Amino acid sequence: MGKGKKGFWEFLILAGICMFVAGLFIRDGRGQNESPGLSDWREGNENQEGLWGKNTEQDREPEEKPEGILQIAGSTSMEKVTWALAESFMEEYPGVTVTVECVGSSAGIEAVAEGRVQVGNASRTLKEEERKMGLVETFLATDGIVVCVDPSNQVQNLTKKELADIYTGRIVNWQQVGGEDIPIVVIGREAGSGTRDAFETYLGLAGQCRHANELDSAGAVLARIATTAGAIGYLSMAEADERVKRLWLDGVEPCVEQVAEGRYPLSRPFVMVTGGEGTGQDLLVDTWLTFVRGRKGQKIMAHIGLAGP
Amino acid sequence: MACKAEVEESFHTVTPVGTVLGSGRGRTADQVAGSVLATCAMVSFLAVAAIVLYMVQKGAPAILEVGWKEILFGRVWDPVGTPPRFGILYIVLTSLVGTCLAVLLGSSVGVLTAVFLAELAREPWAGIVRTAVELLAGIPSVVYGLLGIYLLNPLMYRLERKVFAGSDRHQFTGGANLLCAVLVLAVMILPTVISVTETAIRSVGQELRAASLALGASRMQTIFRQILPAARSGVATGVVLGVGRALGESMAVMLVAGNCVNVPLPFCSVRFLTTAIVSEMGYAQGTHRGVLFAIGLVLFGFITLINGVVLGILKKGASKFG
Repeated sequence: MGKGKKGFWEFLILAGICMFVAGLFIRDGRGQNESPGLSDWREGNENQEGLWGKNTEQDREPEEKPEGILQIAGSTSMEKVTWALAESFMEEYPGVTVTVECVGSSAGIEAVAEGRVQVGNASRTLKEEERKMGLVETFLATDGIVVCVDPSNQVQNLTKKELADIYTGRIVNWQQVGGEDIPIVVIGREAGSGTRDAFETYLGLAGQCRHANELDSAGAVLARIATTAGAIGYLSMAEADERVKRLWLDGVEPCVEQVAEGRYPLSRPFVMVTGGEGTGQDLLVDTWLTFVRGRKGQKIMAHIGLAGP
Repeated sequence: MACKAEVEESFHTVTPVGTVLGSGRGRTADQVAGSVLATCAMVSFLAVAAIVLYMVQKGAPAILEVGWKEILFGRVWDPVGTPPRFGILYIVLTSLVGTCLAVLLGSSVGVLTAVFLAELAREPWAGIVRTAVELLAGIPSVVYGLLGIYLLNPLMYRLERKVFAGSDRHQFTGGANLLCAVLVLAVMILPTVISVTETAIRSVGQELRAASLALGASRMQTIFRQILPAARSGVATGVVLGVGRALGESMAVMLVAGNCVNVPLPFCSVRFLTTAIVSEMGYAQGTHRGVLFAIGLVLFGFITLINGVVLGILKKGASKFG
């Protein structure tokens, strides 16, 4: 029995070492990929396509209809607009399936850089180090960020100063800004969020906000504001629905027209990030970008509440 | 842990039969079966190894860059500031305090429920309670979180406004605070504590009960002076498993706790280790992302510690009774 035991353990250890070594090799081969399994599968697919249609590059005709899967990942704030665009794009090009993942601006950009998706949504402009990786941004629209309170709140308008004081904890009760005697529940987004970045930059308060709740999606912020008396938060204009009350800012109404004309002060760009020309940016991506910047795309964005370029 | 046990078991079942049979065919079949079992056992081992390697690979550069002291004992969490600050002291403290409170609460209720089920309850009540406990174990954590938002948070907010009426130093959280998280976690660990403890109590020998009752002890005296002490290693295992569950929970806590990095006081909005990772992973990049993996390592360290404690308890219990 002693001998058998030894043999068994030897086998086990050997098997373990073999699998480890194999694992290490596979990792090295993959280089920088974040999720090896998934990307491996997709890479495989791409290779296949490459084999099948080696000459399409030269044969391509200008009015060729694109086909295949267009993968988009990125900002949660852009979820609504991206889906709306994707649906009408798929109607126009039946051979195309568009998938949209909402993982956050930076994660979306990273996914493009690693070649896991073709298009990344970002609710901010590219940073210098991201541009250096060869990424290119396509401006989509300007999104107003609207300050929201719960519907029972009596306050109509806040000045920039009042807003800053609320978010730094100098104003703690709605009474101080002309409302009822209700404590203010300050709601913000998580660090790294594009919406938060734009909001804090506008107020000049990067890193100084004292939040009572830090929520990690626009939907959560919306739900929290709608159900909490005295809550205040900020949302992308397209996300704020009738469950919350929109506050005027410095006497300017938060609406698409005011954003488009540049009067509403609190806004940020929506961009779509791609690998750029000559780095695998194919017909499908080109068609998509042309579509979203074209007449139909602009109409959809205006309908959702975004100010076009 | 489970992996090692499985391996040992497979060894015990395989080798002796092979030795006794001695024939060539039987031996080969045995060897094949043995390697199948070993491969299965390797799966969990490799999963753990892969996860640890991946987290170290992702987290180590950030730890080296920021310094582990700064991460573990820094009080400011401002990952996107200039310069960024990555102090997770309050987050660690929140996880410790929140877990301790939840386990205190949950395991008191849990152990007493287990005593009731094992010693006092008659059918059909025992069956009903047991079914409820099993259902509780099957409810997804996001449902606990949603219930927390819709039931607990408004109640908490009312309480908060009563407690801090007129205070202008307290920052109102709208009910999303440490207490909420503790209550939700306490309910979530109940099934673990109850089922493990009940099994432990049931395995206490009948002669102990008989002897105690025969000596004139009342039923409650028997339960609390004899049976529970005899079952203590099982009870402790249940509680420690509960700690593991509470420490690792993220979804429910994220929905009810408010997610701000604060000192863990009852009415403060707080962030746990798990929620710190989940809530910022989407947008994090560079060092920030690395530090989130480092938080994962810290959490992993805590869980490993707890598993070690369980193993220790089980070993001690085995050497005493087995």
